[in-house]
Amino acid sequence: MAKITLSKLRHSYMPAPKSPSDYALKEIDLDWSDGGAYALLGPSGCGKSTLLNIISGLLVPSEGQILFDGQDVTALPPDQRNIAQVFQFPVIYDTMTVYDNLAFPLRNRGRDETTVRARVMAIAEMLEVTEMLDQKAAGLSPDNKQKISMGRGLVREDVNVVMFDEPLTVIDPHLKWKLRSKLKELHQRVKATMIYVTHDQTEALTFADQVVVMQDGEVVQIGTPVELFERPAHTFVGHFIGSPGMNILPCDLQAGVARFGAHAIALEGPIRGEAVGRTEVGIRPEFVALADKGLPATVTKISDVGRHTVVECNTDGCKINAVIDGSAPEKGASVHLDFRRDQTRLYVDGWLATDPSTPAEAAS
Amino acid sequence: MKTENQKAWFFVLPVLVLVAFNALIPMMTVVNYSVQETFGDNVFFWQGLDWFEQILRSERFHAALGRQFLFTFLILIIEVPLGIIIALSMPRKGFWVPVCLVTMALPMLIPWNVVGAMWNIFTLPDIGLLGYFLNHVLGISYDMTQNPLAAWVTIVTMDVWHWTSLVVLLSYAGLVSIPDAYYQAAKIDGASNWAVFRFIQLPKMKTVLTIAILLRFMDSFNIYTEPFVLTGGGPGNSTTLLSIDLVKIALGQFDLGPAAAMSLIYFAITLLVSWLFYTLMTKDDLN
Amino acid sequence: MQKRSIIPIVYILFLMLPIYWLVAMSFKTTNEILSGFSLFPQTFTLENYVTIFTDPSWYWGYINSIIYVSINTVISVAVALPAAYAFSRYRFLGDKQLFFWLLTNRMAPAAVFALPFFQLYSAVGIFDTHLAVALAHCLFNIPLAVWILEGFMGGIPKELDETAYVDGYSFPRFFGTIFIPSIKAGVGVAAFFCFMFSWVELLLAKTLTAVAAKPIAATMTKTASSAGYELGLLAAAGTLTIIPGAIVIWFVRNYIAKGFAMGRV
Repeated sequence: MAKITLSKLRHSYMPAPKSPSDYALKEIDLDWSDGGAYALLGPSGCGKSTLLNIISGLLVPSEGQILFDGQDVTALPPDQRNIAQVFQFPVIYDTMTVYDNLAFPLRNRGRDETTVRARVMAIAEMLEVTEMLDQKAAGLSPDNKQKISMGRGLVREDVNVVMFDEPLTVIDPHLKWKLRSKLKELHQRVKATMIYVTHDQTEALTFADQVVVMQDGEVVQIGTPVELFERPAHTFVGHFIGSPGMNILPCDLQAGVARFGAHAIALEGPIRGEAVGRTEVGIRPEFVALADKGLPATVTKISDVGRHTVVECNTDGCKINAVIDGSAPEKGASVHLDFRRDQTRLYVDGWLATDPSTPAEAAS
Repeated sequence: MKTENQKAWFFVLPVLVLVAFNALIPMMTVVNYSVQETFGDNVFFWQGLDWFEQILRSERFHAALGRQFLFTFLILIIEVPLGIIIALSMPRKGFWVPVCLVTMALPMLIPWNVVGAMWNIFTLPDIGLLGYFLNHVLGISYDMTQNPLAAWVTIVTMDVWHWTSLVVLLSYAGLVSIPDAYYQAAKIDGASNWAVFRFIQLPKMKTVLTIAILLRFMDSFNIYTEPFVLTGGGPGNSTTLLSIDLVKIALGQFDLGPAAAMSLIYFAITLLVSWLFYTLMTKDDLN
Repeated sequence: MQKRSIIPIVYILFLMLPIYWLVAMSFKTTNEILSGFSLFPQTFTLENYVTIFTDPSWYWGYINSIIYVSINTVISVAVALPAAYAFSRYRFLGDKQLFFWLLTNRMAPAAVFALPFFQLYSAVGIFDTHLAVALAHCLFNIPLAVWILEGFMGGIPKELDETAYVDGYSFPRFFGTIFIPSIKAGVGVAAFFCFMFSWVELLLAKTLTAVAAKPIAATMTKTASSAGYELGLLAAAGTLTIIPGAIVIWFVRNYIAKGFAMGRV
């Protein structure tokens, strides 16, 4: 187990990158502490797999360093980094039995058979595959195959980090949930540092203690699931996380007050710095309420999503979603929308530009 | 899942008619000859299974069959490992891939008698490139019209030249179909190069290697034109393979009955050995 | 990585040497060939090629070969397409046995069939025609084409067929305008292999022809034996037989590896 540090890391697939857009991965600095569960979340092509391959050593970064427990491993090949990786498609050795598959990484490192046996049995029990140990791995179902490839990663007691590259892609939906909770349970038992790459927000938010959200090769926010939900640092995070995503309204800034058309919108707190650029107001649908006064809008669509109702409204050509409990208005009805003040934030050029107000300010 | 549909027979009917026309009628003719004796003028006498007995007991047949098996054995033992090694060392992508594939496939596209003629010219003792080199540069006495060993080395080398590329192309096709993740996982698991070959590449090449071995068996076992053009079966009978002997009997001596019986035995052996190969190589998949 | 590439390089050199020697011979005069060893043609001559292109018995050999090879390729692929479709999509009585029987025809030694073929094609009156050779080569080419095409078709999901029927396509229209274009690569590979095996086969082609449809390869054997040592001419004719194959393979170079992999056992 190890603490992982990425220092001034950049990567380009081009031989001589010039502009920032030539980089598949823009400068990244971060620290992951020992034994944590992390997720890399982002749409396909955002650079998360590139980052993963750099950490595992399959790819050498153009610039910067990777440190495991303060030791520079940037130039080390994968087998010397003591890492494990689980791939999108289950990688198993077809001709071997399940037992031999699990024993393979240990045997390659010259462990004696007693140790191998003990480790394999322990891991098999954790994964609940003990009764399959003598079977040929080729005949297993996809979810069991994926379990075996996870097992190969966990079987070595000295791994620095276990990485998962969208491991549930080929798993049937009803088994995804089972495998996901198994993974969470494993993390708590083996206490290894785990990095989980996915484009699925549910997978990321349920697995990880801390989520790194990426877009276009850039880290846009690092935070706990709650932080990502409540205070998206970037409109992209607001959009990407939550269902439906955050409402984003273009607004004008006049004398420190955000205005949507003629309507002034109260923000959570003071605006940081100059606030020059494209200004937008962001608010999650969960914090928009239908009220007697507020922003006038017309209801365009009602979707019942079970416990709540999503009311889609239109105001001046701009779409705003509101999640409400209880009875919903008719389609076409005129309503007023009320934004909860402490959840209403300003974004400048996509980035968060307000700070929460102090209790004193909020009271006034 | 495939659906049951007997009308599908109409789709295969043209194939069936054409292949049956070419396979069944000549086959029946052969069977017909194999049980009769003729002295020309289309007069035939019932002979029963005498020809079969005679062929199966003839030393000439045993010798030809022995040479045939030796030839096929040498071909498989050389071409299959060599083909795999070459495929493993070929680049996986880039400009050189099509260049390699095209140049390697070229020998297979040369008419078989031209292959024989080409090797004849190539190995002529005093004016062929190889013959001159062996005799006058290395000082090895080499003349395949005189020395049976030289003749054998030449026909085997010629076949290696002609057909190893088939094994290369098939193995290569198997290799490039392996996803990168397998190699990455093996690296992470600390597998040696040998382990990567043994547990990843070889299992993934199994299907195409089965095809390669079957094709190489059938074609080398039935080979006729190239060695016939190159050595004519000589010197003496040293390179008279089964098919060369068969044609000698059928067209040279016009002994239709024995030739026909021999054809059927020949065909039966080919089928039997192919079936054995196929069963042995696919038996793991069944359980 | 770099050290490994020595193996394919040596192998390709080994493949090219006899071909180089054939080509070099074709540019030598008979005198030079018989007078001794020379690595390069000393007196470069095109005489051998001139002979071939001016003598009808030579150049007609090429034309004959190309005609029957083309006819065979068209017939083989055309009949193999529906059959391969049937094998890849439907179960029917005796399908497995039929498929296996087709493949066994590749195992029959051509030598076995030479004489019966001669009699059969004489009996139906098409001896010494291009059609006779083209039909005879169907024996081993159709099974091969069915095999390759079935492999490619197996890779096309059945949903494609179903969607087309739902969209109101008739079977022939679906087959012609949707299905065949989606296995273009497979058709190309199958045609390539039919071309190849028909082009290189000589025994049957020689047996089934006398004058009118005689293939180039057969013309060559005659020259080699009867006219004594016309090695230069033989080499030139041989060189010319390599060209069509080389052209065809260049066209399918990107599919060839895939084509091999798609076939199934």
